[in-house]
Amino acid sequence: MIKPLPASLALAFVYAMGQPLAARADSAADIATLRAEMNSLRSAYEARMQALEQRLQAAEKATAALPAPAVPSPPVAATAPAALAASPSSFNPALSLIVSGLYARTSQDPSRYRISGVALPVGAEAGPGTRGFSLAETELGLSASIDPWWRGAAIIALHADDRVSVEEAYVQTTALGAGLTLKAGRFFSGLGYLNAQHAHRWDFVDNPLAYQAMLGTQFGDDGVQLTWLAPTDQFIQLGMELGRGRSFPGSDGSRNGAGMLALTAHTGADLGISHSWRAGLSVLNAKASDQALADVDALGNGITNAFSGRTRVWVADAVWKWAPNGNATRTHFKLQGEWLRSTRSGSLVQDAGGLNLAAPYSASLSGWYVQGVYQFMPAWRLGLRTERLDPAGAYRPTKHSLMLDFNASEFSRLRLQLAQDRSRQGAADRQVFLQYQMSLGAHGAHGY
Amino acid sequence: MNKSKLLCVPLAALLWLPMAPAQAALRVLACEPEWGALVQELGGALVEVAVATTALQDPHHIQAKPSLIARTRNADLVVCTGAELEVGWLPLLLQQSGNAKVQAGQPGNFAAADHVRKLDLPAQLDRSQGDVHAAGNPHIQTDPRNIALVAVALSARLKQIDPANAAAYARAQADFSQRWQQAMARWDVQAVPLKGLPVVSQHKAFVYLYDWLGLKEVAVLEPKPGVEPTASHLQGVLASLKATPARMVLFAAYQDARPSDWLSKNAGIAAVKLPFTVGGSEGAKDLFGLFDDTLSRLLAAGAAR
Repeated sequence: MIKPLPASLALAFVYAMGQPLAARADSAADIATLRAEMNSLRSAYEARMQALEQRLQAAEKATAALPAPAVPSPPVAATAPAALAASPSSFNPALSLIVSGLYARTSQDPSRYRISGVALPVGAEAGPGTRGFSLAETELGLSASIDPWWRGAAIIALHADDRVSVEEAYVQTTALGAGLTLKAGRFFSGLGYLNAQHAHRWDFVDNPLAYQAMLGTQFGDDGVQLTWLAPTDQFIQLGMELGRGRSFPGSDGSRNGAGMLALTAHTGADLGISHSWRAGLSVLNAKASDQALADVDALGNGITNAFSGRTRVWVADAVWKWAPNGNATRTHFKLQGEWLRSTRSGSLVQDAGGLNLAAPYSASLSGWYVQGVYQFMPAWRLGLRTERLDPAGAYRPTKHSLMLDFNASEFSRLRLQLAQDRSRQGAADRQVFLQYQMSLGAHGAHGY
Repeated sequence: MNKSKLLCVPLAALLWLPMAPAQAALRVLACEPEWGALVQELGGALVEVAVATTALQDPHHIQAKPSLIARTRNADLVVCTGAELEVGWLPLLLQQSGNAKVQAGQPGNFAAADHVRKLDLPAQLDRSQGDVHAAGNPHIQTDPRNIALVAVALSARLKQIDPANAAAYARAQADFSQRWQQAMARWDVQAVPLKGLPVVSQHKAFVYLYDWLGLKEVAVLEPKPGVEPTASHLQGVLASLKATPARMVLFAAYQDARPSDWLSKNAGIAAVKLPFTVGGSEGAKDLFGLFDDTLSRLLAAGAAR
């Protein structure tokens, strides 16, 4: 840019020199002005060069300074989150997606699934589901702090048949103090141990028979929950829930009052460094009006009964965990069991829409399960579950399940499960499942 | 007569109050043993410390046990590392505790990693790179200079939430700081032979130790952070040691010794188990012992042929 210019100036100078002598006096003045122009041009370009060099140096310094974290003195701020985008308590909610799929192989037709002696609600998601390859629920989870006093979370389930259902959507206090926490919205009840756990946390592909028969697989409701943690060194938590009572064993209805009341009590402690346990007792009271129950008549045809009345479910749960020195990364063992008892009293309309035989009704049902899960190697776990139901009839449904899962990380799981399901009298079902369960995004911590 | 007698009782109680015994100790829950030891040094009899984990437990994988929830509920101050080390369990403890004082952002919630310069900031945040901490490497307790920085901030926090005993905390911090500076000077002299020594780590847990002592990490046994060492990766590390030899392989007390023992046997180098935190070995009974023991193990392995 600069080099040609003096050359052209020189050419102009030579050209100017080639003028006739008569214009010598003028050309001397011209030369002087040309020289002055040249000097000013040169100095202007030199100034521009210097400015450009300075800018280049500054830019180089800036890029060199970027990767070095310069904190010469410790910042005094109490909270200085360095990574804003990744922290789940920043303005963006923690977003996570649980993806899960299943391959199932059963010897009995799952569409004719029944538990002998137990009346399940119409449309219950009970049994092994569907045969072959299928997509299980995709769960979208969002959670974040709302303000200094509240935090909110929602879990939206996208079903394989394109239905969308809100599994949980609640707000929870964070600053009530005195060990109190208030939760409002739609949430899974704190009954028992398994009820509050989401399906992607289960140690087996399905929930126990007792849960399917008495709590509609998982009991969740719209309402409020208040829990109180005692100010003792021993963990003692009491909870109370009031709700609409819209899901089994309750049923949706038009009521001013609460359709559901649940009381929970849990306690737990450590035994040395390697053992810890938690146990509890809970009770659920729910009202139902014209609750549709699936049943079969004497000829084996499907009919619908309608139950109206009250249901009370007692749940006793206990879980014990062991890990060598409390370090669960290599090996650990978990033993858990629950006992449930449901008593219903009210009136039952048999074959509603058909024969319509109304009669007073009372029934009780109890059941239990015990399962153990052992991680024998990092990432590999083996689980065994045995369960039984004691309905009114003589036949007792039982089921035994064995599972092996591989967890490449905390976020991905592959599981193989074999089960022998004797819920239907005379139709023992051999089930094989292959499942994947993975999560992406900022998924929050799981409970005990 | 009865009324004045009735009044006497509460009045007497009011007069007696100033002579009542000093208020109860500050209840502190420390997430890891090193912070428990530090709070004990800075608080003495004024604090009652409970520690959530031990030196033999992996702080990444702890469950929110009932006993920890109860302790969080009763705590006045929770002292943890932060930098997402406890992200798998601490938020749940705080949520379920119903304790307003220790929620994130409150004075009762102290994150040690916020007060030191962090190393190993990741270039990309992606789970395909393993267990990556967005804020940098959280294992800050392996550098005594970081302990000194955290002690200053922690003492200020103790004064903030327990202002009645501020003078005592200031005295304790001054005393600790003096002893710590003397100890650091002694360690700096002891650690001179270790400068520039090449080492292999089992997990990227010792970044701050290397920064302090001038050790060079030439290989890591875990293929990605948080992923267990695989046989093929170990073979690869063994092959790479021929080009860049190392003097020893280091692992923490809570880790499985087998990958390091394998490399030690096949490469002919020493496998050194470092306490990593207070309680990780017989010699690491407190913070001073932690670094004394760490240095003595490193020097013994570095000197051996």
